[in-house]
Amino acid sequence: MTLHGLIPPLLLATAALAGPAVAAEVNVYTSREPALIKPVLDAFSKETGVKVNAVFLTNGLEERVKAEGQNSPADVIVLVDVAKLAGAAEMGITQPVNDPAISANVPATLRDPAGHWVATTLRSRVVYASKDRVKQDAITYEELADPRWKGKICIRSGQHPYNVSLFSAAVSRMGPEKAAEWVKGVKANLAKKPSGGDRDVAKDILAGVCDIGVGNTYYVGLMRNGTNASEKQWGQAIKVLDSRFAGGGTHVNVSGAAVARFSPNKDAAVKLIAFMTSDAGQRILADLNYEYPIRKGVGGAETEKVAGPINPDTLALADVAKNRKAASEMVDQVGFDN
Amino acid sequence: MTALTPSKAVPAPGTDRPGRRASDRAGRILLAGAWTAAAIVAAPVLALLIIALGGDASTARHVGVNVLPRALLDTGVLLAGVAVVTSLLGVGAAWLVTAYRFPLRDLMAAALVLPLAVPTYIVAYVYVELLEPLGPVQTAFRAMAGYRMKAEYWFPEVRSMPGAILILGAVLYPYVYLTARALFAVQSANLLEAARTLGAGPWETFRTIALPLARPALALGLSLALLETLNDIGASEYLGVRTLTVSIYATWLNRGSLPGAAQIACVMLAIVVAILWMEARARGGRSFTGSMKRPRPVSPLPLPGAAGWAATALCALPIIVGFLAPVAFLAREAIARTLRAGIPDEIAAALGASLVLAGTATVIVVALGALVAAAVRLVRRPTVALLGRIAALGYALPGTVLAVGLLWPLAAVDNVVADAWRGVTGVSPGLILTGSGAAVVIAYAIRFLGIASGGIESGMSRISRHIDDAARTLGRRPGGVLREIHLPLARPALVSAALLVFVDAMKELPATLLLRPLNVDTLATLLYAQASRGAFEEGALAALAIVVAGIVPVVALMRVSSPATPPEAAAVEDAAGLARA
Repeated sequence: MTLHGLIPPLLLATAALAGPAVAAEVNVYTSREPALIKPVLDAFSKETGVKVNAVFLTNGLEERVKAEGQNSPADVIVLVDVAKLAGAAEMGITQPVNDPAISANVPATLRDPAGHWVATTLRSRVVYASKDRVKQDAITYEELADPRWKGKICIRSGQHPYNVSLFSAAVSRMGPEKAAEWVKGVKANLAKKPSGGDRDVAKDILAGVCDIGVGNTYYVGLMRNGTNASEKQWGQAIKVLDSRFAGGGTHVNVSGAAVARFSPNKDAAVKLIAFMTSDAGQRILADLNYEYPIRKGVGGAETEKVAGPINPDTLALADVAKNRKAASEMVDQVGFDN
Repeated sequence: MTALTPSKAVPAPGTDRPGRRASDRAGRILLAGAWTAAAIVAAPVLALLIIALGGDASTARHVGVNVLPRALLDTGVLLAGVAVVTSLLGVGAAWLVTAYRFPLRDLMAAALVLPLAVPTYIVAYVYVELLEPLGPVQTAFRAMAGYRMKAEYWFPEVRSMPGAILILGAVLYPYVYLTARALFAVQSANLLEAARTLGAGPWETFRTIALPLARPALALGLSLALLETLNDIGASEYLGVRTLTVSIYATWLNRGSLPGAAQIACVMLAIVVAILWMEARARGGRSFTGSMKRPRPVSPLPLPGAAGWAATALCALPIIVGFLAPVAFLAREAIARTLRAGIPDEIAAALGASLVLAGTATVIVVALGALVAAAVRLVRRPTVALLGRIAALGYALPGTVLAVGLLWPLAAVDNVVADAWRGVTGVSPGLILTGSGAAVVIAYAIRFLGIASGGIESGMSRISRHIDDAARTLGRRPGGVLREIHLPLARPALVSAALLVFVDAMKELPATLLLRPLNVDTLATLLYAQASRGAFEEGALAALAIVVAGIVPVVALMRVSSPATPPEAAAVEDAAGLARA
């Protein structure tokens, strides 16, 4: 990290006049926390000699790329959530990529048919349960609205993208009316107002505030195997229930990558995405953050140890993305966060 | 104090043609400055309005029916609550340390400013950690009371509206404290002693003399605290309070509706305008100026024995809640982290980036703010007063909304320059503004211009206009009045404004996050990155660095506003001054 980005504009212009950078570079705009993807970026630099510059942007990443337009330095865009990836393509800030290596690496169901984005890892959104107080090992999402859980469920804000996607999948599966009934039922069972993050759900289960809660799989691995002693306790206090829609599978979401529309270093950008989806890249990405790899047999063993094998629901990811707005409005209508 | 040297010729005002032309020139420069500042601030606001107009009807309906009523109610309750808490703490503490002598008074007077150095989102996080079921407080409570589980007893939930009000109040009261104390400190002893002599009790003196005189300062401090509350996202969201700002984010990010978000932002802007209008009314309705003689400082009444220690305890309470407890927690976490893994390299780089960005922004903001304040003061036209109000608007926009609004004008400039450059040289120079730190500095300037212009204006408002008139009668042009009278007298206000802007820029997160260039992190963005993957413990070091970097200017701020160096201009000396009011 340097201060070079801070030199006044005039100096910068002079530097640009002196000649563009000679060494191969690739610029990454990422909404994933840099520490989570830095290892794979470092491995890429080591293998190819291409220097990776990154900036961590959360809200507004897409707007920034769009506003920067034809002179944007962005080469690769890294986003979490299929709806975000689809939205970026819709906004016109990505470009189609037709690379044999990437096509071979990523199953067709996990990439945009037009080639605008690919998934790089998978994660499931599941039900955590107290090891002490909950006997069952499996649950349907529908059961979360069952009055027998009254006052026993914890969950983060209904407007958090992870929950919006889960509710959006429910809209696709059950239809809007039944989904709204279901969300109302879940709300009626909450032990406390939605707040905090997925780790807080595990913490509250340990504290006895609630018996079950909703969270992403990778947090369990991160808590149990992290360096923080109290988080270890939270992770140990819970088990991951085999969570599915009735007659379906587990709600799965993705993180993924796309090549920016005006990418100045397109070759390097494609190379980087090919590397992220390669065996070596997948092993780093999946094992580092306890996510599932995009295809079987390359890493993910640690993830399965804490969260079991993945059983994705049969719903197309594009369907989930489509109902996101309806799901988010539903959260407001039933007053889920109130 | 600057002595006025009468010019050789003393023409009657209005008859001296050349002089009038010259004064017009100075006025024009000030006017141009005010227009520039207002235009810079208006650019993202206009972009936002345009975005809002692009929304479809269904989004607008949903926002109107399902989002706004609740968000407005929650925002109103939060603002009212924070107003009460910050006024009680700020004015109460300022009055105690000014009017009374009690054990450790000087230490308390200084330390009361410290919470200003701690970002609200950090304090919110720390209190959730401390007070949640598994935190040290409830764990100790269970051990003492013999409970095993949280379900067996009731304990106040920190993630709630009352929790948010108390936490924000405990961190933001110094804005009120600082401004109130600066005014109490220079209030004339004569007035207070006259009141006492006439048999007024301590409460009556405070209520009928000190408080009304402190109203402009109170209005400014309170408006800063409330605007800070309004655009807070980190703390409110973490504490589960659904303010307008939180709703803006949900609308934008989950429904992919930037126009919907912009519409809510416009509603918020209306609230801001209302707050600023009330502030202007509160201090503008009357003038609280006095003669220019150095006032005899208030001689504090000694509080003996138990009463004295009670005052000490009262002052210590907000310091402990707003500063000592959270900082002690951060220090403990940071030490644990450092012992385990050492100090990460990126901290030093982030500290450097934070200092460079905040420092540059401070210089620009104070210069522009002074220009605006001077224009408002010297060019007495309604247009200019309006420009001054517009220039202050940026402080109230949530950082990300401001940054998104700013993206389009900035990128438009960038692209025009880059395309022209490429047309000539064939090589793209990259983005001049968003590709460098310039975009961040501009965002800071827009966001914090209100602090600077408001503070400086309020400082200048204590210089009687009669002095301006006298100087003008003696042949001074507006430029001369500014240089020889206002600048020296308003220096404490300038320094205070600079320090406040610097501290706020060091803490700024959302605009920095969106607009910074590749490979650059500030302390705040570093902390956010670590916290967002749940590694707050690692972020504790960055958080502590923000606090420590903020303490230096905050302590300086305290010295600027200390009674030992009263802003001479603030003399509220004699009955004549009051009579004019």
